[in-house]
Amino acid sequence: MSGLPLLLGLSLSSKVMIGTALLGGMAGVVGCFAVLRGRALVGDMLAHAALPGVALAFLLMGSRSILTLSVGALATGLLAIATIAVIVRWTRTKEDAAIGIVLSTFFGAGVVLLSVVQKPAVGGNKAGLNSYLFGDPGNMLTGDLFVLALVGAILLFTVALLFKEFKVVCFDTDFAQSQGWPTLTLDLLMMASLAVVTIVGLPIVGVILMAAMIILPAATARFWTNRLHIMLLLAAAFGIAAGPLGTYLGRGFPAGAAIVLTAASFFGVSLLLAPDRGVAARLMAEYQLRKRITREHLLRSLYELSESQLPDIPCLPLLTVSQYRHWDSLEKMLQLEAEAGTILRTEQTIQLTPFGLRRAAELTKAHRLWEMYLVQYADIAPDHVDRDADDVEHLLPESLLVELEQQLAEEDRLPNLVAEVPSSPHELDTDKPQQ
Amino acid sequence: MPAPAFEIHDMTVAYQRRPVLWDIDLELPEGQLVGIVGPNGAGKTTLIKAALGLVPLASGKVEIYGKSYFEQRRLVGYVPQRESVDWDFPVTVRDVVLMGTYGKLGWFRRPGRAEREVADRCLDQVGMLPLANRQIRQLSGGQQQRVFLARALAQDAQIYFLDEPFSGVDAATEAAIVELLQTLRASGKTVLIVHHDIQTVREYFDYVILLNMRLIACGPVDVAFTKENLQKTYGGRLTILDEAAEAMRQREPNR
Repeated sequence: MSGLPLLLGLSLSSKVMIGTALLGGMAGVVGCFAVLRGRALVGDMLAHAALPGVALAFLLMGSRSILTLSVGALATGLLAIATIAVIVRWTRTKEDAAIGIVLSTFFGAGVVLLSVVQKPAVGGNKAGLNSYLFGDPGNMLTGDLFVLALVGAILLFTVALLFKEFKVVCFDTDFAQSQGWPTLTLDLLMMASLAVVTIVGLPIVGVILMAAMIILPAATARFWTNRLHIMLLLAAAFGIAAGPLGTYLGRGFPAGAAIVLTAASFFGVSLLLAPDRGVAARLMAEYQLRKRITREHLLRSLYELSESQLPDIPCLPLLTVSQYRHWDSLEKMLQLEAEAGTILRTEQTIQLTPFGLRRAAELTKAHRLWEMYLVQYADIAPDHVDRDADDVEHLLPESLLVELEQQLAEEDRLPNLVAEVPSSPHELDTDKPQQ
Repeated sequence: MPAPAFEIHDMTVAYQRRPVLWDIDLELPEGQLVGIVGPNGAGKTTLIKAALGLVPLASGKVEIYGKSYFEQRRLVGYVPQRESVDWDFPVTVRDVVLMGTYGKLGWFRRPGRAEREVADRCLDQVGMLPLANRQIRQLSGGQQQRVFLARALAQDAQIYFLDEPFSGVDAATEAAIVELLQTLRASGKTVLIVHHDIQTVREYFDYVILLNMRLIACGPVDVAFTKENLQKTYGGRLTILDEAAEAMRQREPNR
């Protein structure tokens, strides 16, 4: 086994790289479950409340090993959670207020204890407990690295083993319980992983920023996928990347802050650029939708204006078209349609091409069937109204479509045209009412 | 005589010392569609949750085919209220339905090909197979409800508990659910359904449980779903509802 001496001989910078990457990966994974369960702030609270525990553990045990300090951190962290539970249960204080009160009280106590520890007589100054405030991966001992790796391995094993169980409990606790899963135990296990990762991360990113380390990679990953397992992998990857990258980019600055800022920049980029959920994608989709709707309106209007003279395709005066309805950018639309080959236009007239006529007829038919459906089945339609008119033929059951068409035919309004376009169920400006 | 499919003895359920259900005592035979009817706050959902062991009983016991719920939970399918989960959760429609198979899979085992086939068959039964790979956020209310139904079907149970499956769904989904219920009954399953609309009780159910914190009546619809019982369940408010329901029924005698 050459691994151990190799690791012991690591330079400080590679130790820091490995340590921050390990922490980032773990934080990403536990963060996913915390974020999905709406428990993102539990990590924040644990981290803040851990500070007095760290100082006390050092005062009592005189050791600065991550294991000793973590036990102290966990103790006060859990005490804080219990305090909140008691406050919420027995007083009229709301939960958010209780979290705020307990979090800052414990943190305040931690800062006071830390200043006691740092008095020269106590000797804590050399122990580097200050790193617990803002984080300092450079302070990591080789033994700490082993603790991180061990925690990481246990976490990976647990999540891989219990992925299905965690998933069903996170999504639908009642259902999981009705199936017989011990939901409380599984829930506590998820909370415990969150607590352990938070605590071991404290000396690296600090109590104030640890919450960001938990939340950011998970929230970033959520932008890129709709599958839980991929979200876990992505969150781990973002965390692993943010650790070393942040330490490297932020040389000369507090490392914890640099790591969190790196993770935040991943988040920012995803927020803007992620497909489907990103801001850019949403704006783009909205723009495309508007453009399509306007083009469809144009083709439908041209069809309606031409309808009375079919099967001849009339040349429509531009003025008639522009006055037919309200247009935002008629010229631009006409140009687009001309390029698409659906219309022929001269200076003052517009004429549908045969291709354009067929396209316009299809659009009009779909639109009219849809309108007809909404008019006749208004009471049962709300489930479907957000759909595109285009979808009508795929969306409605065939029997219903046939029925709608028959109804139009009975009223002698089903046109015998090439494209089989039903006439509009409401009155058009160009037509006189049928009766 | 075989044990009844579902049995409650002297059950009382209390939230923080305030009783929600008092001394419920009832028995249901196998193969019935059972409506659970009562005003808001009558404890309909609580009845189901108590039966499934989701809320503790203050007293009494619940039995499924003669044994406790914990011994018989493989026989039980559950459809919670649609609003009870986060529909933005990162799972697909098929993932949700697969959760129905988790109970039989047991600890640590992952769903495989066989489970996926079960899930797809159940999705097909509710007409949602084409949407199997959709993220659940993109579903309409009626589609969400069908996904939940498919998940319960994947549990392959003997007795199903459905919490307001008809609330906020379109007519097409309502019709699909009713058809599904009839299929279940035909194959000998028992289905308990929390239901809000007393006008459709006669049309949909064989049995009815009338509930208003205590049990008003439990029996075949013809026997238990009477004007007197409804009045006891809904109090003064019923008169209007009741007459409307009666009027509806007389207008459409073939229903």
